[in-house]
Formats: sequence, structure tokens, C-alpha cells
Amino acid sequence: MVEQQQEQFSFDFFSETPQIVAESADELKLKLGEFAGPLDLLLYLIRQEQANIFDIPIAKITDEYLKYIRLMKSLDISVAADFLVMAATLIEIKSKMLLPREPSEAEDEEIDDPRKELIDRLLEYEKYKSAAQMLYERTTVEQATFARGQIESDENNAEINATMFDLLTVFQKIVARHKDEVQMEIHREEISLADMIKTLKKRLFEQIELSVLQFFEEMHSKRELVTAFVAVLEITRTESVKLIQSKTFGDIILKKV
Amino acid sequence: MELIEEKQSRSLSEVVAVVEALIFVSDEPLTTKLLAEVMEEDKESIEAAVEELTREYKNRESGLQLREIAGGWQISTRTEFHEDVRKFLKTRPSAKLSLASLETLAVIAYKQPVTVPEILEIRGVQSASAIKTLLEKRLIVTRGHKETVGRPMQYGTSKEFLIQFGLKDLSELPSIEDFEDLAG
Repeated sequence: MVEQQQEQFSFDFFSETPQIVAESADELKLKLGEFAGPLDLLLYLIRQEQANIFDIPIAKITDEYLKYIRLMKSLDISVAADFLVMAATLIEIKSKMLLPREPSEAEDEEIDDPRKELIDRLLEYEKYKSAAQMLYERTTVEQATFARGQIESDENNAEINATMFDLLTVFQKIVARHKDEVQMEIHREEISLADMIKTLKKRLFEQIELSVLQFFEEMHSKRELVTAFVAVLEITRTESVKLIQSKTFGDIILKKV
Repeated sequence: MELIEEKQSRSLSEVVAVVEALIFVSDEPLTTKLLAEVMEEDKESIEAAVEELTREYKNRESGLQLREIAGGWQISTRTEFHEDVRKFLKTRPSAKLSLASLETLAVIAYKQPVTVPEILEIRGVQSASAIKTLLEKRLIVTRGHKETVGRPMQYGTSKEFLIQFGLKDLSELPSIEDFEDLAG
């Protein structure tokens, strides 16, 4: 039912408006997208209805507007949030107009017209729309007149403005800068697991008791730290040593048995 | 001394000829002030020369025209011959601005300096992409922040706008109120 209505609507709509007649869905999409915004669409619909802008038949226009948005959605045209804001505004005005007025307010009818703000906005917008039209005409005319192209001069042709000697100077500078660069090789000090175990064994032999925390703190890099950790694990497994921790999260003592 | 005397004795037709030569070689519209400086003539004689030159172009139905654009003088081809010129240059009219961009430009031209929220207020739709296009085409420029909540950026039209739309200055735009008669 809804679909049928929409079809009928689009048929009527487009047969009445030569400027929106489209051969294909793609073309239709293109033309629908040409509305610059919700006010533009609204003005178009008002003109379609040949309605007076100062006395907009809000119920009718709201219906048309919503149909249009639905049509845009059905054609997969993303409806910008601004179009939805306008839809909400229209519905709000429509519902306000349905409310009965208090008799005392009847005299101030014009001031109380819920459409007033919208009318003002439409009138303001229409001025700028006409101004945009004027700008469009101006650029069309301007595109038909041609000024002389650029003349080659040193100023606008910077690339050729450099001489052989300029190039040489730049090249020498680059060479000089290269020479100044200090080359430094940084060696990564690596200690193998075997070496680490050896060191640990030696320390244990000397000290009998060794704080694991202290041992770890002697390490200089992450890599060494990892090796030290593995060495401790290894030595506990292979040698007769004990790990003693007197309190939870406290230091661990490595002790030779 | 001799040189100065020679300059002072330049006849109107000589001034006209030099003015024409300078406007011809200039990339941008050439101002009366700059012409006067380069030629060491007073502004009045430059103005008279430009006036004379404009008349000459018109009288002999030249293919060229002399126009005042963006506060300067420019020699360009007459619009009537655009087809032949295009054929020779092998160019097509450049892509036109979208409706949204033109509307945004119109609001900026008349309301400048103007902020994005103010443009939204009039157009009823977000104009971010239109503003981006206009900035890219150098038709508008930023005009500092507005000292209000959020310090929004303000925009105005550029010299390029005057050139591309063939305007002497902004006052040459018809008043926005003139469009009211067309509305409704």
C-alpha cells in the first residue's frame, strides 16, 4: 500500500515538473541531489504547490516534504541530518497549528503564527539563493573571457633562475656537511646465558647467599635482565641451591645448600 | 634633467600606449597607483589614458577589452569570441561550482566576515565541504577568529574571487536587498 502510494506520488510529481524528469535511476539520483539544502527543497515544494510563501499550507507541504525524504531514502540517497531537522520543524509547526487558539489571542494572530520563523528563514534564504544565481551567471560570463597567459620571467620561473655555479655551491655544501658528520659505531654488549650462569655460580661460590633483587639490579639492559632471570631459573634446576623468600613479595635469597 | 623634461612632455597618446603595454604584460590586474609609480606620471593622467584606451578598444570593435577588475586594469578577450579562443587554446570551461558552494560563497560575500554557524543559520544545512572547496579554489580566505563562545573562524572573499567573478570591488555586487523583489 505504502509502495503503491509512493509510486503514484513519484509519477505525479515528475510528470508535473519537467526539470526533474529523469531517464534512469542514476540520473534521478543526480537531480535529487541537486537540492542545496532543506530550505531549498522546501522552496521548491512551495513553488510546486503554487502556494503563497506568506501563507504556507503547512499540512500539505509537510506531507510532500516527508514523501520526498522517503523517496530519497528509497533511492539510497543519504539524507543529511539537516533535512531531518527540517522535517521535525515542519511537524512541530503542523501540530502547533492544529491546537485550538484562545479567543483572546485571535487579534495577535500574525505574531502568534507558528510559521512566522520559518517564513522569515525562507525569505532570507531565498535572497542568498538569488545571489548564488547571480554569481553563477557572472562566472559563466567570466569563463568566456581570457586574459593573456603568463609571460616567462625569472620571477615566475624559479627553477631556471639558478645558474651552474649556484648548483655547484649547493653541491659543495652538501659534501661539506657530509664530512662533518661524526660516525660512531655502537656495539651491543651481549652476554650469553652460559656466561651469565658462570657469573652467577662464581658469585654464589663467594657469597653463599645472594639477593636475587640485588643481582638483577646489577644488570644494564633489558636483555641482560632477561638472561639473568633465565640464569637464576637454570641454576635452581641444575645446581643444589635453594630459593628463600621470607615474606610475600619480599626479596628472594639464593642460597647454596 | 633632460630625462625628466622628456617624461613630463609625454603626450596623452604616448601615455596611452605605455599604459597599454604595461597592462598587456602584467599577470594580474594592474592598479592605477602602480602604473603611475612605474611610469612616473600622476594618477590623473593615468586615469585619462585608461579612459582613452577603453574608448579606443570600443570604437574599433576590438577583440580585446579593457576592464577594471579587483581594483586594477586588465586586458582580456571579448566574450563574443570565446568559441574561437577555446578552440585555439583547446580548453573547455572549467568545472563549475556546485549549487551548495555557490550558495555558501554568496552568503560569505554578503555577510563577511562570517562564521560557519552563521552560514548554517542562513542556509539551513552544513557547509563544511563547500567551505573546503572554496578555500581550495582560493575564492575565500580566513579572517581570524570571532571573539565569541568557541572563537569560531571567520571567512571572507579573496582577491581571486573578484578576478574570477569579474568584479571591480565588493561594492559592485548588487545589494542583497535587491534580491528581495525577485523572491516570493
